[in-house]
Amino acid sequence: MFGKLTLSAIPYTNPIIMGAVAFMVICVVAILAVITYLGKWKYLWTEWLTSVDHKKIGIMYLILAGVMLLRGFADAIMMRAQQALSYGSNMGYLPPGHFDQIFSAHGTIMIFFMAMPFIIGLMNCILPLQIGARDVAFPLMNNLSLWLTVSGAVLVNVSLAVGNFSRAGWLGFAPLSELHYSPGVGVDYWIWALQISGIGTTLTGVNFIATILKMRAPGMKLMRMPVFAWASLCTNILIVAAFPLLTVTLALLTMDRYLGMHFFTNSLGGDPMMYINLIWIWGHPEVYILILPLFGVYSEVVPTFSGKRLFGYTSMVYATMAIALLSLIVWLHHFFTMGNGAGVNAFFGITTMIIAVPTGVKIFNWLLTMYRGRVRLETPMLWTIGFLITFTIGGMSGVLLAEPPADFVLHNSLFLVAHFHNVIIGGVVFGIFAGISYWAPKIFGFRLNERLGRAAFWCWFIGFYVAFMPLYALGLMGATRRMDHYDVAAWHPLFIVAAVGAAIIFAGIILQVVQVVVSIRQRELTRDLTGDPWNGRTLEWSLPSPAPAYNFARIPVVRDRDAFWDMKQRGVDLKSSTFVPIHMPRNKAAGFLIGGCAFVLAFAMIWHIWWLAIAALAGVIVTLIRHAFDDDRDYHLGAEEVRRVEGLHGRVEARS
Amino acid sequence: MNRPARSWFSRLCRLLPLPATLLLGGCHWALLDPKGPIGMDERWIIETAGGLMLLVVVPVIVLAVVIPWRYRASNTRAKYEPEWSHSNKIEAVMWSIPIAIVSVLAVICWRTSHELDPFRPIPSKEKPVHIEAVAMDWKWLFIYPDQHIATINEVAMPVGVPVVFHITSATVMNSFFIPRLGSQIYAMANMQTADNLVASVPGTYRGISANFSGGGFSGMTFKVKAMSASDYRQWLAKVGSSAKTLDAKQYLELDKPSSDVPVTYFSHVNPALFGQILMGRLSAGRALAMAATTVTSGGETGPIRRD
Repeated sequence: MFGKLTLSAIPYTNPIIMGAVAFMVICVVAILAVITYLGKWKYLWTEWLTSVDHKKIGIMYLILAGVMLLRGFADAIMMRAQQALSYGSNMGYLPPGHFDQIFSAHGTIMIFFMAMPFIIGLMNCILPLQIGARDVAFPLMNNLSLWLTVSGAVLVNVSLAVGNFSRAGWLGFAPLSELHYSPGVGVDYWIWALQISGIGTTLTGVNFIATILKMRAPGMKLMRMPVFAWASLCTNILIVAAFPLLTVTLALLTMDRYLGMHFFTNSLGGDPMMYINLIWIWGHPEVYILILPLFGVYSEVVPTFSGKRLFGYTSMVYATMAIALLSLIVWLHHFFTMGNGAGVNAFFGITTMIIAVPTGVKIFNWLLTMYRGRVRLETPMLWTIGFLITFTIGGMSGVLLAEPPADFVLHNSLFLVAHFHNVIIGGVVFGIFAGISYWAPKIFGFRLNERLGRAAFWCWFIGFYVAFMPLYALGLMGATRRMDHYDVAAWHPLFIVAAVGAAIIFAGIILQVVQVVVSIRQRELTRDLTGDPWNGRTLEWSLPSPAPAYNFARIPVVRDRDAFWDMKQRGVDLKSSTFVPIHMPRNKAAGFLIGGCAFVLAFAMIWHIWWLAIAALAGVIVTLIRHAFDDDRDYHLGAEEVRRVEGLHGRVEARS
Repeated sequence: MNRPARSWFSRLCRLLPLPATLLLGGCHWALLDPKGPIGMDERWIIETAGGLMLLVVVPVIVLAVVIPWRYRASNTRAKYEPEWSHSNKIEAVMWSIPIAIVSVLAVICWRTSHELDPFRPIPSKEKPVHIEAVAMDWKWLFIYPDQHIATINEVAMPVGVPVVFHITSATVMNSFFIPRLGSQIYAMANMQTADNLVASVPGTYRGISANFSGGGFSGMTFKVKAMSASDYRQWLAKVGSSAKTLDAKQYLELDKPSSDVPVTYFSHVNPALFGQILMGRLSAGRALAMAATTVTSGGETGPIRRD
């Protein structure tokens, strides 16, 4: 009846896991209780869960990412604690099987359910506003993408309470992830979480490419797009190019595990090297999928806070495109040590180094944008300067690793771990925080608390160096990654320093949580009434904060790169006197229902509950068919209603 | 083949990282204090590439602090040109700096990838020692086919004599790595890789698996003993006198997962064992069939390179 699922799947004998589960359950129950107490279920359902408004979907992505940041960071702290303790006769507090789940979960969560939702959330919140669009090209599909991503995230968290998570690392290298070496449900949780959220991400890619290419305001030629829009375009092209590869690779692994096939097994003609190849052909573009939008964010923050045009716009655009293209031909540098010929290694080493050229150009562009500007050192700018310093170091260690013979000694070492955290924290995470503090007034209608934001920045910035510089050193001492225990005395002090660094970052995260709470409570003090709190340059700042559901009452006409700056220079009046009805998409439950069915399908497949899997799949198909016959998909927001909403923001000109 | 003589440029580059080496001197830095020429060459690459990049990285970091401070909003004396956003000259410089550095690094990359290819035999007057290494769950099996001996988690090698490690795996992927000596290479089931290394200083070094392989991974370390020729002969004799032997039955016992396995010596080892493992003839699935037969036929042990 319940497949492999029995009560013993719940690890009630492990106090660490049960503590985490109890905390999770208490949080969920508390949230549900508060919603019920406030009587907000209907509001939540009609206004948020079924919403097709890109701004609300964006906020839900940001919330998901924030929650998963906390979960992924809890894993990080546990790993740092284990490695700080587990030297010599002390085995630490985590047995290998548990430690292995933690590093696998940490990587999976931070990439798929923290970084990806943050960047997709930011794109959702801002991109349509920046290009003068009223929504994304496929609003309901956008809602579906969100719920597929949420399903994946929920699966990862359920694995904590029911069964266990993968022990095979965040990329589940075969043959370790094959049934023979990883029996049990851990790898299956990993597969299905990634499979479902990955499909959601692919749909997002399709959606945003269509949005950017087809829905720009009149006059916004490609070379007039804000750099964030360019970077997002490149990222979404990469998503569409790379994510199907992940889907296929996971599907092949699924067939190995469920149907006894031999794509990646050691025996009967299976080829594990093929798995490593396929997963990295997706995996390398993935890291550029993560970083490019943040390059876009920095390219918006720096000109705005320097009160100056972006230096070398054309260079910036070509550099972004070059990075996107090059990112597709470097994947082999992840396994120089797999016995490839010297020529192959050298080719991929050189393509990897070439990426440093456009990236270096971007760094110079940002520096020259600040040069002869009027730099306001507010939080978004602090994150940006922190990024410039940190990312440069990470880039340098990256190019070093691109020399195959250097990689022969540094591959899989803690030097490598330090390198990719150097670029992911210094580039992606700092960029996310820069973006959120920059666009918070537009997204939420009020600014985030500046003092707490600064304090959080310093904790992150200093904590990063204390946590990861020791790992560079450990790598040079010959320490490899993923050890639950070691016996080299010289390593021990450095692991302790790294743990202190993680604690400093933790302080930064606590400050950010406090910052969010304080900012919400004091929102009336920092409310953005003008719509343009930073003296912005791009179209999103021409709208009231937060933007009304239809975004633009009147679609702007673009004449220059910094469209809104240009409008301000020309004294264009943002007020209107005449309004027309606006065509709007209707909120629909289909996305939420399909996401829910996908979750049930995955859970049933993981536990081999076949009847439930069939039922859930039927649920997906029925929902799709029902939606196909649903003609009530849109409506027109009346001109009077538009006038009323615009009036609330003081944007109605009295009829003369 | 001889390693090509390094150009004047390479020699110049050698001076760059000198301060770094002095600063970081000390016996714990396995990769910066290597005990063999392969490791020395790899250290040279790390230090040279690192040094070259520091030439831009340091100025960029300084500029990233100085520019925003110099042009901070409160400093109204600084020049302000809000519309200045383009200069062909500056852009040309901006693109050329990274192109110049990457070009140098690319040349180093191409040459050293070939020179330091782990499969490439090390030129020497000495006849190389052949050692076969098998990654198992979770220990390393070393077979000396010419001496008919085998060990677990310990490998000895004579100083100054090139060693060719023939590497495979009886289980998942691992990576064979002796940080003090240089290059690592993956160990993969049904496939053979090779790692050419040489130790120039006697001593005992750490060997590890550098690729996560499951529960016993952290304890999957081995001792590497680089010895003088006479010590090495004594060591071979000691292992050869071990009462334990390694036949197919013993091997299958060894094949069962175990962690933190102590050093073990085996004598009278069939030199065909490695070939048998490589061909998958000793996999657990065929345990029963193998128990009945003795290992007699010689397996194919020539290098199988799949690239």
